Amino acid sequence: MKKLLFVQSKPPHGSLQGQEGLDAILAGSAFVDCAVLFTGDGVYQLLSQQHTDALSSRDYAVTYLALEDYGVDQIYCVAADLQQRGLTTADLLLNPTPLDDAEVQTLLQGADAILDF
Amino acid sequence: MQFMIVVQGGPYTTQASLTAWHFARAVLASGHEIYRVFFYHDGAYNGNALIAPPQDEINLVEAWRSLGEEHSLELIVCVASALRRGMLDATEAQRYEKSASNLDPHFTISGLGQLIDGALTADRTMTFGS
Repeated sequence: MKKLLFVQSKPPHGSLQGQEGLDAILAGSAFVDCAVLFTGDGVYQLLSQQHTDALSSRDYAVTYLALEDYGVDQIYCVAADLQQRGLTTADLLLNPTPLDDAEVQTLLQGADAILDF
Repeated sequence: MQFMIVVQGGPYTTQASLTAWHFARAVLASGHEIYRVFFYHDGAYNGNALIAPPQDEINLVEAWRSLGEEHSLELIVCVASALRRGMLDATEAQRYEKSASNLDPHFTISGLGQLIDGALTADRTMTFGS
């Protein structure tokens, strides 16, 4: 089975990239084996307890919790990007697996196609 | 080699769409094939038939249209991206009871399955504007 890797690199709410990226992940999970990598400010998308009412923005982070039901259990983040932002996986939904640079490289190389958001 | 091209940037807002168009032309000129062009996010605006840039600037909608016609390309606009941004074909305009439609007829509204299928089928997937 082919493997798709989705890369989420934008912060939530400032643009629709993250939310529409998640839509693509959900669509992909219906077809193939999917993995998701959160890089850069993309790691903020997984922050738990986001309060988006004041932004009139949809709290789509909770939709990430549905990924497991869709069979998407390979959730990764870049360890250095978390650290630079003063975050740990305890701050995030889904308990993503932190990867170092070499592991990120392996993940990228192992995908049949990569979709960036 | 078959290429899947994903355009996420709107015309005139970022370089993404123009670069994608140049890349698509280069792919075809090199004897390769394009499996599909998929417009996502603000890329949906590339199908706006009402875009009217100054005459001495490239008209990107026409540029995509003529490239599509010449090479029988599938120019697919994601339905969710399109509806959010007011990019409607006649069918969607009728469905949502809007007074007008604005999608250039050379573009087709379809779902995210077309993105996934393209990424899985083509030899290479190139994303512009993420």
